[in-house]
Amino acid sequence: MAKPASTFGKNVELVGNWIDERTSFSSFWNKHLAQYYAPKNFNLWYFFGSLSLLVLVNQIVTGIFLTMHYKPDAELAFASIEFIMRDVEWGWLIRYMHSTGASLFFVVVYLHMLRALMYGSYQKPREIVWILGVTIYLVLMAESFMGYVLPWGQMSYWGAQVIISLFGAVPWIGDGLVEWIRGDYLIADATLNRFFALHVVALPLVLLMLVVLHLAALHEVGSNNPDGVEIKQNKDAAGRPRDGIPFHPYYTVKDIFGACFFLLIAAFIIFFWPEFGGYFLKPDNFVEANPLVTPDHIPPVWYFTPFYAILQAVPDKLMGVVLMGASVLILYLVPWLDRSPVKSIRYRSWMSKLALALFCVAFVRLGMLGLSQDSSTFELRLWTFIYFAFFILMPIWTSFEKTKSVPERVTY
Amino acid sequence: MSEKEPLDSVQEPTDQGRRRLLIGTTGVVGAVGVGFAAWPFLASLLPSERARIIGAPVEVFIGDLMPGHLLRVQWRGQTIGIMRRDQRMLDDLQRMEGLRDPDSSNADQQPEFAQNFHRSLRPEILVANIHCTHLGCVPQVIPEVGPQPFDANWRGGFFCPCHRSTFDLAGRVFRGVPAVLNLLVPPYRFIDDDNLIIGETPEGAA
Repeated sequence: MAKPASTFGKNVELVGNWIDERTSFSSFWNKHLAQYYAPKNFNLWYFFGSLSLLVLVNQIVTGIFLTMHYKPDAELAFASIEFIMRDVEWGWLIRYMHSTGASLFFVVVYLHMLRALMYGSYQKPREIVWILGVTIYLVLMAESFMGYVLPWGQMSYWGAQVIISLFGAVPWIGDGLVEWIRGDYLIADATLNRFFALHVVALPLVLLMLVVLHLAALHEVGSNNPDGVEIKQNKDAAGRPRDGIPFHPYYTVKDIFGACFFLLIAAFIIFFWPEFGGYFLKPDNFVEANPLVTPDHIPPVWYFTPFYAILQAVPDKLMGVVLMGASVLILYLVPWLDRSPVKSIRYRSWMSKLALALFCVAFVRLGMLGLSQDSSTFELRLWTFIYFAFFILMPIWTSFEKTKSVPERVTY
Repeated sequence: MSEKEPLDSVQEPTDQGRRRLLIGTTGVVGAVGVGFAAWPFLASLLPSERARIIGAPVEVFIGDLMPGHLLRVQWRGQTIGIMRRDQRMLDDLQRMEGLRDPDSSNADQQPEFAQNFHRSLRPEILVANIHCTHLGCVPQVIPEVGPQPFDANWRGGFFCPCHRSTFDLAGRVFRGVPAVLNLLVPPYRFIDDDNLIIGETPEGAA
């Protein structure tokens, strides 16, 4: 730091020191930013973690402003959304930022998860980071589902009907459980009101806490990188990893650049294409909820369709629900299913590359099938099989495949 | 620990001036961007289009308003009193004594067109926000002349039951009461002799 030139600068430093002596803010700052050494070979894939954080902040800020105008009441909810869109100053912008943000949240989170699968970021010693991440993903699914119910349109209503009915598949207590979740004999005001409480208070708190833990766990073990080299194994005399650079300013600047690019895309969607052809906001949701009329076609929002397709592939209600749950929960096991001595896909054989590619195709294809009304049962089952095969067969190919030798230092 | 030593992986900056310029310009552009992004959020807290329509000017028919009678209408949640005053009352207003601000010199309490002894556009019609300027109660109207418990020489006016503030029939506050400001005159204009609009200033008037 340069010497403060003016008395003003000196006073700022004095106040800073006064606070620091009482809070050790600087040690926090150093631990997580100025002296957190991240590998210097991060590539494009490493933007999506900070972008998820950016979208989370966007959801919280826009959400707070939406609650100032929204009414969580079955009689008033739909009209209050129209009120936000038409009468509240800039209300349309705030709502579209929130609805577009929800979809973009899943875009960046899916890419963030794919990054972890590619470079083995879940492997020892980062299992806890991965477990917390999968938990964040689960909470995010609940959060977005409940948020989708709040506008109280036809899709909100019938989507909630379908998802809550899934709990009815639980043996013996199913019916009682469904009634307890709904708080009524049908999806009604009580359901809307509790979903509102969970969506705006409970789950965001859980989400924030998990994000803090996710980052704390990451900073304890240090970041992985595209080479899967542990940079902490090669330190200089001062104990700093030779292949690391301080997160601040190097990666804060890089992430701000990424954020600008991301915001450019987000702004284009928000201003010119907020419904995104019916993928982000469905046409049926512009009709108020009506328990007497079921829409012709009730696909979930795009980010849930892969799991919805798996549900359709099974000709049994309970087994379908079990398999759908398993398709998400199996992610927890990945750190132990992967037996490879090598982290990054760069140093693995064609088997890992093919498996991951097939998995991605299966995920996308299932997503497409889940959106469509007349997907073939054969295709649904084929891709569901491939989806699960990726996880179940992972211990086999990762034990047998011939890996390349990993370099001592990171490459870039 | 040699924390001050540069890292192997980090190159020392060679051109500090260029770096300062880049940080400065990025910071300024970023701050402007944050300002623009913050505006919609702050503006969303302003009265909505619905609130503005509800708060729009209101039209009032006064064709059947008798002298000494007070018509109450709501405008933006405030009670606006409209009273027709006869010649006796107008004569009294010119002779009234014991007023705190007889000439309506406080420009915040009425539009410029009402800065006269009758505090109105037309001498016989009073239009005033009749919430007491002390704490916001709505005073009683006692237009008749005659001794009152609170004033032996009452010439007609408004009496606030909350804290005993008194105003004359032009809404001017008397001395020695808790209220210190004259009743507020809202902007209004006449459409014709029988109709007026509260919330709009007459054309050409301030």
